[in-house]
Amino acid sequence: MAVCVAVIAKENYPLYIRSVPTENELKFHYMVHTSLDVVDEKISAMGKALVDQRELYLGLLYPTEDYKVYGYVTNSRVKFVMVVDSSNTALRDNEIRSMFRKLHNSYTDVMCNPFYNPGDRIQSRTFDSMVTSMMIQVC
Amino acid sequence: MADAVLFEFLHTEMVAELWARDPDPGPGGQKMNLSVLEGMGFRVGQALGERLPREMLAFREELDVLKFLCKDLWVAVFQKQMDSLRTNHQATSLPQGTYVLQDNSFPLLIRMASGLQYLEEAPKFLAFTCGLLRGTLSTLGVKSLVTASVAALPTCKFQVVIQKS
Repeated sequence: MAVCVAVIAKENYPLYIRSVPTENELKFHYMVHTSLDVVDEKISAMGKALVDQRELYLGLLYPTEDYKVYGYVTNSRVKFVMVVDSSNTALRDNEIRSMFRKLHNSYTDVMCNPFYNPGDRIQSRTFDSMVTSMMIQVC
Repeated sequence: MADAVLFEFLHTEMVAELWARDPDPGPGGQKMNLSVLEGMGFRVGQALGERLPREMLAFREELDVLKFLCKDLWVAVFQKQMDSLRTNHQATSLPQGTYVLQDNSFPLLIRMASGLQYLEEAPKFLAFTCGLLRGTLSTLGVKSLVTASVAALPTCKFQVVIQKS
């Protein structure tokens, strides 16, 4: 389903990034990095928007030939970016939304873990296996 | 309701434990103990700041965040809402970016006799909460300084000064 999942800290450095075809890892890092500008743009637009448009899910950030990039931002300004294969047309907006919600829930669990130091890279195995489950579903 | 009591007991024990070795540690030791409590509060605040607003809409401005503290955070921790929130818009005597949060019957103080007898002991019981507020604010992207003041016992005021970078 997802080919790359990334968690980006408030200060725009990666807390967690994983992609499924490991040989092209750098390409996905680059894609996620590029998407951060779009995320920032959407966040600043959100500040001016009307009350009912303030959602955490940012929707499609930008499509490329082979992939679609989706974004989500938490109230603490932590960003989640997900890259999805665009050949997978069966994937609805709602499913992406629920995947992000799952990711957010897992992230809060990581934050509430007393052994995790906020701001460090995420090394939790539970989080890792949750991301794996999101990636495997289609592949 | 039972978990509220558990938190109060735990908090009382945390305070007692820190002062157990040396009941009168002098000003340096006192500061040290207070900052330990503040640090613990900060970490809890970070976690709560991430967890509680999970289903909420995005915050637009500082005031939204402060309202969240008074309503949701206070209810989650103390099962009551903050009694008043004053901003620098209403009270011109305060410098820009200052908020005063007042609780007229602060649950961690209410167990002590009301009045002035135990006024000196109050700072120990407020350090954790100051850290809690500061931690939550920092997670939500607001850098701040939080101080607490007590005039008469169950009432206490938290002064939040936003640090503009």
